[in-house]
Amino acid sequence: MMDKVRATEARRRAALNGIADRWAALPPWQRLIGVAAFIAFLYYLPLLGIPGLTWLRTDSIDGGNSWAGVLFTCAIYVLVAIGLNVVVGLAGLLDLGYIGFFAIGAYSVALFGSTNSPVVKWMQRTFDLEPTWAVAWAICIPLAIALSLTSGVILGWPTLRLRGDYLAIVTLGFGEIIRIVARNLTGVTNGAAGISAIPGPEGAPSADNKIFGLQDLKPWYWLAITVVLLMVFAVRRLENSRVGRSWLAIREDEDAAAVMGVNGFKFKLWAFAIGAALGGLSGFLFASRNAFIDPSQFNATLSILFVAMVVVGGSGNMVGVAFGAVLLAYLPERFRFVSDYRWVAFGFAMVVVMVLRPQGLIPSRRRARELQDRAKEAKVSV
Amino acid sequence: MSETSSTEAREPSIPRQPGARRTLLEVDQVVLRFGGVVALNDVSFQIHEGEILGLIGPNGAGKTTTFNVMTGVFKPTSGQVRFDGARVSGRKPPEISRMGISRTFQNIRLFPEMTALENVMVGTDSRHKTSVPGALFRLYRVRPKPEELPQVTSDVPLLRIWQQVRRTCAQIFGLSRHILEERAAEKKSLELLQFVGIEGRANEVARNLPYGDQRRLEIARALATEPKLLCLDEPAAGFNPAEKEQLLTLIRQIRDRGHTVLLIEHDMRLVMGVTDRVVVLEFGTKIADGSPDEVSRDPRVIAAYLGESVDAA
Ligand SMILES: Nc1ncnc2c1ncn2[C@@H]1O[C@H](COP(=O)(O)OP(=O)(O)O)[C@@H](O)[C@H]1O
Ligand SMILES: [Mg+2]
Repeated sequence: MMDKVRATEARRRAALNGIADRWAALPPWQRLIGVAAFIAFLYYLPLLGIPGLTWLRTDSIDGGNSWAGVLFTCAIYVLVAIGLNVVVGLAGLLDLGYIGFFAIGAYSVALFGSTNSPVVKWMQRTFDLEPTWAVAWAICIPLAIALSLTSGVILGWPTLRLRGDYLAIVTLGFGEIIRIVARNLTGVTNGAAGISAIPGPEGAPSADNKIFGLQDLKPWYWLAITVVLLMVFAVRRLENSRVGRSWLAIREDEDAAAVMGVNGFKFKLWAFAIGAALGGLSGFLFASRNAFIDPSQFNATLSILFVAMVVVGGSGNMVGVAFGAVLLAYLPERFRFVSDYRWVAFGFAMVVVMVLRPQGLIPSRRRARELQDRAKEAKVSV
Repeated sequence: MSETSSTEAREPSIPRQPGARRTLLEVDQVVLRFGGVVALNDVSFQIHEGEILGLIGPNGAGKTTTFNVMTGVFKPTSGQVRFDGARVSGRKPPEISRMGISRTFQNIRLFPEMTALENVMVGTDSRHKTSVPGALFRLYRVRPKPEELPQVTSDVPLLRIWQQVRRTCAQIFGLSRHILEERAAEKKSLELLQFVGIEGRANEVARNLPYGDQRRLEIARALATEPKLLCLDEPAAGFNPAEKEQLLTLIRQIRDRGHTVLLIEHDMRLVMGVTDRVVVLEFGTKIADGSPDEVSRDPRVIAAYLGESVDAA
């Protein structure tokens, strides 16, 4: 039985590698067309009406959520996974508090962009501004990125000298601290009551908004997917550079890397800061679209879900982690009957994936080879 | 401190006395204790520029520990290491690597999931500058040398115009330092893989390489950091006689490229064949220092090695 499973597994892996090989062997212009077609498809997705594929839509079932809304959530999670993959998959730092950066990004736009936030009210009083005044949405973007990035550096500076398990514990604590602070600092964050009227590109949410409204979520998805594509492009650039190699070297053997001239602390801090900035950006988009946030939306289970997306998808491989994120965001929406048992199903799926594909569904190719090698070694030793 | 080092580094390498060569590295009365264990006990020796120095001694004598002190992995309890006139002890490994000391490891420590080429490129990266902003935005431009400019090669008129435009832009605005560094790193790494004889495996993952090739890859990676001093920790371990012979040739070639070599080796005969001078350690203490001939006749050295072979039996 187990042998059969392994044989199927080997065949599927060979097929996957075959696809990747054939893809890599194509001439550049054909690959360019392929990528362009895929991107076009991503933009077309919310309108999906191809017969035979419409069953994919979450609104094709009774009481299903808005299809564009689910796509938007998927895009946000993909952004999270790409950011966390820099930290966990490339630099090899186990960060269990990623939700903290997500929350900081979300609260940045809420605290500075919403007229209901105590911070904006205080500014209105202090600087004698009109009651409709708040920081513009566009200015909140760099603000959210800067605040989450800074918090990443502040958290990383003392903790990145710790190794492995300690870092995981400290980051887990960080995620919780952010949530508890948001709940208890009532004078700044409204505490458990949350903050409403968080702006979008067209300003505060209102029925008059033509594009980024509350009913039609397609533009929100298009905005999010644009951000995702930009960030994929940026992270790709880093991956294929001196920076990416340093991250991998640190992940593989930090001491050997140091002797080869890699400044481990500097590049770990960069990985942490970039991860934090991407987490903050996703939180920012989430809060903008949601228009309302409260601390309960940022609890530790989400942090675990984020790490799960990376691990299930294939740590270290951007395509893999994006796939993992889409799966974990989409499946419970489309298959509502599981959502009652969501966490049971989720745990079960995790176990199955980890047993059958320990390197994730779409493993990083390097890691896949390593695994095959280990399987051989194991056979020899038995 | 760095100022003194740079002035002293530029000191001309003219021998002060006939026959005497400039001292590249100086281990000066180094003591290293691990709790109660004295791993290195008042060890002093010098490495001269351009020589191949052997560091030998029975197992547990403190050879690897000496490397670890020299490359900043351990800080000596007392005493110090000077390289090119500048103090090494107390600096961090990346800094020491940039000063010009590189090494291999007794128990191979490659980056197992990176390809052979990537492993070597990590070494070349240590001489490069591109960091996150440079790789991301590519705004830092440098003027390319004529051979680095994009070439106009196509016969298709439209493509030809496009290539001409790119070439002109590169002439006017320069090329991004990131791109030039990437190209240089790849070129030099391939050249080094070729030098150690494993260029055919450039795109294979390090952990899949045969044992001997892994050892060679470690040497290529260490050379990629452009060391003045290359320290090899038992590079011949596990090699058969033919492979050992190849390795000796390689070590001589490394010296001929202008690197000074410090070689840890267990096998006395191997050391005698290639080194200019030998330092012998036993129980963390230096017991001999001289030409291979002198050392192999030294009664203390013979006793140390006899004792060891008895223990091993
Ligand atoms: N990190 C360490 N902690 C404690 N003892 C060590 C450590 N590293 C080396 N030693 C001790 O130092 C001595 C020298 O070891 P080593 O330098 O590895 O010898 P070799 O000459 O075989 O390379 C040994 O007795 C070893 O037990
Ligand atoms: Mg040793």
